[in-house]
Amino acid sequence: MIPELGNFALILALLLAITQGTLPIIGAARGIPSWVALARPVVQGQFVFLAIAFGCLAYSFVNNDFSVMNVARNSNSELPIQYRIAASWGSHEGSLLLWVFMLAGWSVAVSVFSRHLPDEMVARVLGVMGLVSVGFILFLLVTSNPFDRLLPAAFEGSDLNPLLQDPGMVIHPPMLYMGYVGFSVAFAFAIAALISGEMDAAWARWSRPWTTVAWVFLTIGIMLGSWWAYYELGWGGWWFWDPVENASFLPWLVGTALVHSLAVTEKRGSFKSWTVLLAICAFSLSLLGTFLVRSGVLTSVHAFATDPTRGVFILAFLVIVIGSSLLLFAWRAPKVGLGGKFDLVSRESMLLANNLLLMVAAGSVLLGTLYPLIMDSLDLGKISVGTPYFEAVFVPLMTPAIFLMGLGPLARWKQASLPELMLRLRWAFGVSVVTALLMPFVMGEWKPLVSFGLLLAFWIIATIFVSIRQRLHNSGQGGLFTKLAKQSRSYYSMHLAHFGIAVFIIGVTLVNGYETEKDVRMEIGSTVTMGGYTFRFNGASPVSGPNYQAMRGDIDVLRNGEKIRVMQPEKRTYNASGMAMTEPAIDTGFLRDLYVALGEPLEDGAWVVRVYHKPFVDWIWFGCLLMAFGGILAVTDRRYRLKVHNKHVETATVAEDKRAASNPRLSTGGKKA
Amino acid sequence: MKPRHRKLAIIVSGVSALGIAAALVLNAFESNMVFFFSPSQVAANEAPVGKSFRIGGLVEEGSIKRQSDGVTVNFVVTDTAKVIPVVYTGILPDLFKEGKGVVAQGKLSADGVFRADEVLAKHDENYMPPEAAGALEQARIQKTVMTQ
Repeated sequence: MIPELGNFALILALLLAITQGTLPIIGAARGIPSWVALARPVVQGQFVFLAIAFGCLAYSFVNNDFSVMNVARNSNSELPIQYRIAASWGSHEGSLLLWVFMLAGWSVAVSVFSRHLPDEMVARVLGVMGLVSVGFILFLLVTSNPFDRLLPAAFEGSDLNPLLQDPGMVIHPPMLYMGYVGFSVAFAFAIAALISGEMDAAWARWSRPWTTVAWVFLTIGIMLGSWWAYYELGWGGWWFWDPVENASFLPWLVGTALVHSLAVTEKRGSFKSWTVLLAICAFSLSLLGTFLVRSGVLTSVHAFATDPTRGVFILAFLVIVIGSSLLLFAWRAPKVGLGGKFDLVSRESMLLANNLLLMVAAGSVLLGTLYPLIMDSLDLGKISVGTPYFEAVFVPLMTPAIFLMGLGPLARWKQASLPELMLRLRWAFGVSVVTALLMPFVMGEWKPLVSFGLLLAFWIIATIFVSIRQRLHNSGQGGLFTKLAKQSRSYYSMHLAHFGIAVFIIGVTLVNGYETEKDVRMEIGSTVTMGGYTFRFNGASPVSGPNYQAMRGDIDVLRNGEKIRVMQPEKRTYNASGMAMTEPAIDTGFLRDLYVALGEPLEDGAWVVRVYHKPFVDWIWFGCLLMAFGGILAVTDRRYRLKVHNKHVETATVAEDKRAASNPRLSTGGKKA
Repeated sequence: MKPRHRKLAIIVSGVSALGIAAALVLNAFESNMVFFFSPSQVAANEAPVGKSFRIGGLVEEGSIKRQSDGVTVNFVVTDTAKVIPVVYTGILPDLFKEGKGVVAQGKLSADGVFRADEVLAKHDENYMPPEAAGALEQARIQKTVMTQ
């Protein structure tokens, strides 16, 4: 009964999505106010029905309804309750339902926080999101219905993949999807601008916070995925350049470019067409990412081809979305215009250069991800491109990008002087070079690549200092703290996110340069020493968990002969699936992680044990968190908050913005470089 | 600079930067491609010598032998037609088992032993690496052709 209810709710949601995708857009074009006014209530109705559908699916999982195929395949009665809930988005069908549910959530958010926007604009934006929703709900109903019954019902479910039975995996997919889906707002804003032909500074100001929020979610989602891979896969790596990871990294790269290009469009009125193109690309890659991971095409191109309904639907949907938006772009972009002009050396040109570098980086990741798939599907041979390719591409591409990252915030808009910049940054450069050259000695051994990586990181930090110092110098009278308080949140947010990149680079550089990994045979009582720590193996003993049996190792960690910690890695075998899993023990520290994992049992209670010492590895994820915090800080900037509180003033501001946009000089509103 | 020249300068620098970047990417791509060969192809000397490549198939039953240091493992990969001996030092993935599919990356040494520096495993018990499945399928077709 409950699954049928969910199915019915899904069908009603589809009907509302069709309404949402057609009437408001037509209404906006023909000037029919009642059709335009339909947008908001329809969006909210669709959200309610999708919430019911998702609730029904979660209910079936929680109550172990194994007559639902999806539940029987992805859950088990022994599974702890939190993982039963998480299992509702662990499968292909469930995750797509989550996707479309989140799309409805974002649409509701747009409908609520858009009171200050012209109704036609809201109608178009919500209409475009409605069309995307139609595609997804149709896909669910036609090819991957999560409510399909299994008759006769299974007696027991076949369990959720043990790798996914982890708190990180409970929140990682929703975060990632919030990011993917969030880019649909930027996409819808871009398409709406193309349809109406109106795109001014106010437009950029509207879509900017939405894009930033989506980017924050995506950043956190990727960070959680990387962290999960580190502690759950038992390999101790944090990024594998696996197609699944690349699928999430692609929209992130383009989204990062979009966030910066939107800044230029808002402040200077430049890059208009480019911004629209990036918004289209970011969302297209989000769609591609969702489908790459969820369609099974990565597992096997051929298995994918044997079930052609899904594949054909997906390809058709991608072609329609990407093709029609690019066509619309080609047709309407000239109307949107290029926007303000700028010099060869200016903040704009540096941001443009960084945008291009990010896009080339995204292109190279796309090539490395899709090329093997295409070769395979055409039967031209099986190839793979791994870490060496991506590293060979990324380091040279990101080096100039990071150099410009330090330069950009200090350069003037429109026209900057290179000699002046060099003069202002000579100390920052000198200090970062010297520290980068000396730092590796502190770590014990000088390595050229470590120095190089640190140089990039210190360059970012040094230029942030120079920028803040100069900003305070130019902020008139008052003490240090009044001056600090005077600066806008968006200014700090930029530096915080950039600082996050620096922290990330330090983490990557030091862990790559100084990590020690050993796979050793350990008898009971034997020891191994690395990084100043001694690990003593005391044997392994059986333990049982809620739905698995395990061997738990007992390892003492000694420093200077003193026992400082006991680490207990496990080798688990899950009851339902019989699958073996390595559960490493990790001792997290500010400057290093100790990582111990059990390999295979040998004779006489001895085990093969993997022991890692990983300096600064947590800085990688901490850096990502700082980037995300930077994004959050940016969204809380005064100029966005004012809008929500002050609706009446806002209408006046919008009118003013429109006037200002016709004159880009005015629209910068006295913001100094 | 006149506006026209300025525009030209921006376009020229942009295009040349893109060109350099594209050359870099394609060069890196070219030199880092890793090809896959089945045990039959390796037996027919189709695989490169001294260059890294991937092999795949089933881990032959009863072939796993652990050396006395505990971390070096010998095993045999088969596509049911031809076999190839493999040696690997390190911890094997959880799903590495006799009779199951496997993919390994490494180099072929002069004595015909494949020295793997990476053994890949996927995250599902019943999942067969696509390369391994392909190798088995090829071998099966070869056999049928020969028996006919």
